Amino acid sequence: MATHPTTAAPGADRAPHGRRVIVAWLVLSIVATPLVAIFLGPILPPGNASVQGSGQVVDNTVLTATITPVFCLLLVFFVYVLTRFRAAPATALEDGPPLRNHNGIQVTWIVVTTVVVLSLAGFGTFELLQNGSGGGQGPSPVAVPAGADHMMQVQVIGQQWNWTYRYPGYGGIETQDLYLPENTYVVLNVTSLDVIHSFWAYALGVKADANPGVDNVAYLKTKGPRSFEIRCAELCGLWHGYMYQTGHIVPQSQFAAWIKQQQTLNASIARYMPKYSRSYYPDPQRRGG
Amino acid sequence: MSTMAVDVHPPVWRRLIGFNLLTGVILGVGGWYVGWFGAHAVVAPSLSFFGDIDFNELSLVLAYLGGVVGFLTGLGFLNYPLARLRGYPSSLREKETQGVGRYFTLCTDHKVVGIQYLWGIGLFFFIGGLNAMLIRTELLRPAHQVFPAGTYLTIVGVHGSMMMGMMTSGILGPFANYLIPLMIGARRMAFPRIEALTFWILMAAGVILQTTIFWGGFPTGWTGYEPLNIEAYQGMDCYILFFALVGISMTLLGINMIVTIVTMRAPGLTWTRLPIFAWGVLSTAILMALAAPVLVCTLSLALFDRVVQTNFFVAAQGGSSYLYENLFWVFGHPEVYILALPGFAIVLEMLPVFARKPLWGYRLAVAGLLGVSLLSWFVWQHHIFVSGINGDLRPFYMLSTELISIPTGFTFICGMMTLWRGNIRYTTPMLFCLAWFFNFLLGGLSGVFLSDVPSDVTTHGSFFSMAHFHYTIMGGLVFTFFAAIYYWVPKMTGIQLSERLGKIHFWWMFLAFNSTFAPLFAIGFLGQPRRAVTYAKSLQFLNDWVSVSAFALGLSLLFFLATFVYQLAFVKKPAEANPWASRSIEFQLPSPVPVHNFDRIPVFSSDPYGYGEGPAPSWTPAGAPAGRD
Ligand SMILES: [Cu+2]
Repeated sequence: MATHPTTAAPGADRAPHGRRVIVAWLVLSIVATPLVAIFLGPILPPGNASVQGSGQVVDNTVLTATITPVFCLLLVFFVYVLTRFRAAPATALEDGPPLRNHNGIQVTWIVVTTVVVLSLAGFGTFELLQNGSGGGQGPSPVAVPAGADHMMQVQVIGQQWNWTYRYPGYGGIETQDLYLPENTYVVLNVTSLDVIHSFWAYALGVKADANPGVDNVAYLKTKGPRSFEIRCAELCGLWHGYMYQTGHIVPQSQFAAWIKQQQTLNASIARYMPKYSRSYYPDPQRRGG
Repeated sequence: MSTMAVDVHPPVWRRLIGFNLLTGVILGVGGWYVGWFGAHAVVAPSLSFFGDIDFNELSLVLAYLGGVVGFLTGLGFLNYPLARLRGYPSSLREKETQGVGRYFTLCTDHKVVGIQYLWGIGLFFFIGGLNAMLIRTELLRPAHQVFPAGTYLTIVGVHGSMMMGMMTSGILGPFANYLIPLMIGARRMAFPRIEALTFWILMAAGVILQTTIFWGGFPTGWTGYEPLNIEAYQGMDCYILFFALVGISMTLLGINMIVTIVTMRAPGLTWTRLPIFAWGVLSTAILMALAAPVLVCTLSLALFDRVVQTNFFVAAQGGSSYLYENLFWVFGHPEVYILALPGFAIVLEMLPVFARKPLWGYRLAVAGLLGVSLLSWFVWQHHIFVSGINGDLRPFYMLSTELISIPTGFTFICGMMTLWRGNIRYTTPMLFCLAWFFNFLLGGLSGVFLSDVPSDVTTHGSFFSMAHFHYTIMGGLVFTFFAAIYYWVPKMTGIQLSERLGKIHFWWMFLAFNSTFAPLFAIGFLGQPRRAVTYAKSLQFLNDWVSVSAFALGLSLLFFLATFVYQLAFVKKPAEANPWASRSIEFQLPSPVPVHNFDRIPVFSSDPYGYGEGPAPSWTPAGAPAGRD
């Protein structure tokens, strides 16, 4: 087989390929990016049940809008290249022009990708530091929203395979269900009694791992009343898939009534319960030897 | 030197006696029982060979270690060191063995090891794929339906461990072992026995992972998080031993590759003339040699916690589950680039051949590979953004994670500019390479959401992240794995593969793959957690769609397997020496490649990408004449 047939004369193909690709890309991006931001943005997760959730929707919208032109560039490029530069059967083994490098393209590419990447990191950091974005931050949080000292505290305790909640502001009572008052800043102190779990209230945009012996803090500001699903997002053993509950955001008055009822229920068992603590150390379940 | 006549036609029973796989299995089983009863003799209060004896963790661990030692002994790995200790000269017998039997024993010919790897890895890849089919069967309905809860978790764990463990050597095992000595003009790898050892250790590891079902499986998935790990039953030990053995195999494979590429390049093969595939292998090997030991140590600590009552990871006794998460991902993030980088290299290696143009921006491409390799050490905590560890370091890890898209982008621009104004042939390997751009683009763009902390709060641990890494690993690694098969197997076996069947396989797999994993982004965005057997009723339609597509994907792989075996075993159409009109050196050698590769060591004068730059070859056979080493 002739490995090195005639080489196409360099510069024989003078069609403005580069300009066509760039123009098509610009047109497509300018049309697609606003459409994506306007129509796709609002339905991006996790929704607007909390301030943190809304923040994430903004974040996801910005990210989607940013990657749209990137996607368009590669789409336009490949559609053009793969159709325009397709080999004809007769000349399939003819060599193309030996282009080995182009400093302008390299520098442009590096500069543009670097600027995009740094902007994304800067934007993400800004969003994160505003209100913690609902993520678990560990025992000494850095992204603390204003007024954190006066927030309502709720301890979330994961264990195989259920969630329980303690309200230290109400005598450390323990409940089976999560009720939160509307329009309230809440501090979630997430911990575990056995293995790693992850407290995930999808609609609220909250996720925080529950580690044994660790107080993992997440902030949350509720909006209007609604119910929301809670799941475990870290594989925690046999019934991990069944570690779900429904939580509730309720009006202030209803919350007061509910907490009163829980206090009555807890009164009879209060002396058997461990004192409220940031974390608990039950005997580890271990086998072996 | 080795002039002893090898009788290639002794009776079958005679050929089965000796150091080979059969002996290895027999000694392996024997070693297993020696370890089992030996440990009982040490720690059990009573010992009964026939009745029930007390179970203990130590006996199981020592049983498996005894099994591995017996297996390797039976394969003949002790022969060489023992012979040398007794003063015999080194011999080439392990390399020059003839016939089919050499594939079932310790063979130090790098080309044999490459083909052993291809079939060995392929076998475990299909087992892993079968597990994926079982997972999608269970997820056809929102509630628990087919498997018991523990079995389901074991299936998930075996699927993940198989893919993340065995497939780490998916490119370097078969293709780098086979091709690197050819590409750099060497007659062998630097450490041929270690090369064979990496393969057989990996096979032992794969079998050990399968045996987890006899001990109740394991509940942790492929990450083996503590302290669930300590709580789990004996099947967990199989996971730990499996992954530790994989780690040892990877470490040795990595060191062997680095030493080979650094020290054994033929005259004239400077760093800027090295094929880009070799650069990809080198950057991967560096990660393997440095990251895999961390895995081995981490799992050793976990094993100590389980077997001898240490407390590295038990919070109530002063340990920390964060320690495990940190150590695991210090290994785990370089690990995912160990899976991805060979794919980059394969794409960049093949595009010049099928676009008939030189590789564009060679130095930028090398910088991209090495840059990813370097940066991958500084990103691991993005796996644990919401774990509560180091809350104040999250902006740093967000930045470092996003920075890694810059060197990844180098691969894209170099590949794209290589296609630019080329003369593009749509052969089967080329289609798989082009699919890499599409898949890895979606994988990379979805990674932007996971690297961004606010967005990660929702996407972490959901099907979104699962879809993301399947796009990068299956879409990146497995697609290029098939590109490599269609491109190099005709060279490796001397048998031509049908382009028509290959293209059917490609389109079937590409469409089924995207139909399977694209909806998973939506499913994850809608809040379905990974590894959970239940999901919201409203997500059933999407899940069923995914399951049906996954079955189609599974069938496409079965189609490949059937056509591949059929063509190799029955059609046997001889391949041309250079079926793709490639300038790369391996295609200038005769098929099949002679045992010692080169009569004269080649001398290189340029890189292998001089398309359109005239007919002068990139090398001449002008070096040292035939000598064997
Ligand atoms: Cu859980």
